[in-house]
Amino acid sequence: MKHTLQQVFHSGKFVVGFSIFMAVLLIVIIYPLIITNRPLQILSQGTFLPPGIYVNVYDSLGSTRYILLLDDAAAKRIASKLSEDDRLAMQKWLVATGLPENEVDIQDTIKLLGQWESHYDPQLNVAGLTNAERNYYIRLDVSLDGLLSTEAVIIAGKNPDTGALEEKRIVELTDYVNVSQVANVRVLPLGTDNFGRDVLTELVKATAVSLEIGLVAGVIATLIGLTLGLLAGYIGGLVDDIIMFFTNIFTVIPGFVLLILISFSIGQEQRGPFTIAVVIGFTSWYWTTRAVRAQVVSLRNRDHVNLSKLSGHSIIHIIVTDILPYIASYVVMALILQISSGILAEAGLSILGLGPRTTEVPTLGLMMQWAMIYQAQILGKWWAYFPVIVVIALITFSMNLMNTGLDQVFNPALRE
Amino acid sequence: MKGYRKYFLNKLLWFLVTLVCAFLLNFILPRLMPGDPVAAIVARLAQGMSNATGVQAIYQQYADLFATNRPLLEQFFIYVRNVAQGDFGFSFSQYPRTVIDVIKSSIMWTVCLQFPAIIVGWLIGNTLGALAAYLRKGFDKVLMPVSIFVSNFPAFGMAVILLVIFAINLKWFPTSGGYGFDLIPNWSWKFVWSVIVHYQLPFWSIVLIIIGGQAIGMRSMSIYELNADYVKYSRFLGIKDRKIIGYVFRNAMLPQVTGLALSIGTMVGGNLVAEIIFSYPGLGSTILTAVLGGDYPLISATTLLITLMLLSATFIIEILYGFIDPRIKAAQSD
Repeated sequence: MKHTLQQVFHSGKFVVGFSIFMAVLLIVIIYPLIITNRPLQILSQGTFLPPGIYVNVYDSLGSTRYILLLDDAAAKRIASKLSEDDRLAMQKWLVATGLPENEVDIQDTIKLLGQWESHYDPQLNVAGLTNAERNYYIRLDVSLDGLLSTEAVIIAGKNPDTGALEEKRIVELTDYVNVSQVANVRVLPLGTDNFGRDVLTELVKATAVSLEIGLVAGVIATLIGLTLGLLAGYIGGLVDDIIMFFTNIFTVIPGFVLLILISFSIGQEQRGPFTIAVVIGFTSWYWTTRAVRAQVVSLRNRDHVNLSKLSGHSIIHIIVTDILPYIASYVVMALILQISSGILAEAGLSILGLGPRTTEVPTLGLMMQWAMIYQAQILGKWWAYFPVIVVIALITFSMNLMNTGLDQVFNPALRE
Repeated sequence: MKGYRKYFLNKLLWFLVTLVCAFLLNFILPRLMPGDPVAAIVARLAQGMSNATGVQAIYQQYADLFATNRPLLEQFFIYVRNVAQGDFGFSFSQYPRTVIDVIKSSIMWTVCLQFPAIIVGWLIGNTLGALAAYLRKGFDKVLMPVSIFVSNFPAFGMAVILLVIFAINLKWFPTSGGYGFDLIPNWSWKFVWSVIVHYQLPFWSIVLIIIGGQAIGMRSMSIYELNADYVKYSRFLGIKDRKIIGYVFRNAMLPQVTGLALSIGTMVGGNLVAEIIFSYPGLGSTILTAVLGGDYPLISATTLLITLMLLSATFIIEILYGFIDPRIKAAQSD
């Protein structure tokens, strides 16, 4: 046993796969201990907030003010409001309203803004302008307002008695706050999803649930497959014929179709993650049965098994001590494959709208389905779907690497 | 020829038996659920309906179609009769279209997308796998990890990534649909071109996934065969390398053909999901609308049809396999 493990951990592929899988598993276990937010809590109004650090504006006004004199502050401020595309658009407008093209220099910010201020008129009808473009120019004009100003901004509050505005605070252009001193800062490393939920927290929980689904499905499929394979292979005869009859039928009938039918028949209310896992397990056992049976048939007439029979051991004893150890490595490999295909099956079902009911826990497939239904891929909201794909790919990839590694250890013909 | 006939009859028998079983499952599974399925379906369906007569009519149609108030055996014969006449009733989510009508408009899209993609992916994958096994060294070192990674990639993930890169960022291909939304199906050049352009992304997203899996399988089979005793013996006999390799790859190919037959079901399952990502007007998207609309007759008919298609494809491949592999004949004439 120790020797086998040593051999297994000498296989590069297995070690890489094992490390990736363990890393995913560790994150799934440790993350909820540190960050205890509810995974399905709706945080934001509006959908698909981009990833980043969200600092409370109100709190930052109240926290200690620091003055930093940075040279590039003004340039950055302008650049964030006035991109290269905006400059080109402004040039287009100015030229369209009659300014000669060589007079408009889009690199000279001050001159450009001066020309813009004197020529732009939201009422003016420029030929060939669509409504969307007109609205864009209006938004641009508003955002440019006061861009070159060096004056401070005054924050005013309403006096509760008189209703008059009273000056509360003056914010200079050089004012800074230290983020660590602001009371309310929320880091959303992967933004929020279509319901306004923190994607990272949700993703970690979803990974955990999907792994559980995969594990339950894999264990059920492997147990059924192993039991039937052992019975068919060792006992043979009529038992073998009956078991193989059903196995052959289920091998050819596409499991995915059965999954769709069963999930749909169960109905949305009864479909918890566990039910889905059981259904996946019960529709994917036959590969294991076939393979285990083939192995057992070749083992059945070996000398040590015959010796055991002659010594009068019971069938169970023979199977456990003389046959199982020989197919154990194979069963482990089959289990790994079943787990990873269970995770994929759940994802596929969920995208079809047949996944677990949506109110309790997220799964990787459900997150994918939500992202697809809300068109995250078309809108360019990569944080809603890309991390999910990466996690699924990492899990299945690591499991298959482990499997290939094990295969090479136990199957010398495949070694490099 | 006697061996072949036996093999053929054996396979035909299996085809029929599995077909009957699939049919039975399709019939029994929805009826195993507790409660009155017709009432449940109508309740689910009626949520969006305000017309009471409409609900009543649908309930009546369902009660007739499924005949749930009669004994199970009688229900079964009614079901068989309806299916034999191609009568699956009306689609709930796309009323007043019939189920057959909905399926007719989507099945060609799926068949034309799936089977060419599977065949092309299978051919390219096997060629790459054989090359990796024969050349080894650098080619193998690069191809293997890439293949393992790609083949483990979920089909929908590949679809989304291709969609984002080639349709949204590069704008080379359209994002969704089977043809331009402003066109009506006809045989003009414009329409055919639009279909071809829309075909590319779904096609390649399926092909890429299949290449990976097949390359891995072919590589290990070829390595196994290259180390077989008959190869060494042939070398001792002085047979030319080229000829030996011909034997080796032919032998390595045979299990791959069976593999193709067996895994077609799995492949199509994943590919149906990829169709949804591209809103391709095939059976995958039909299933999605059916699920979202609680459209039981449509789901039942679609799954039955997919099963029938896959069973036939498997059957055809196995028959061809009988002609390719001489060992089949030998095994059957014992």
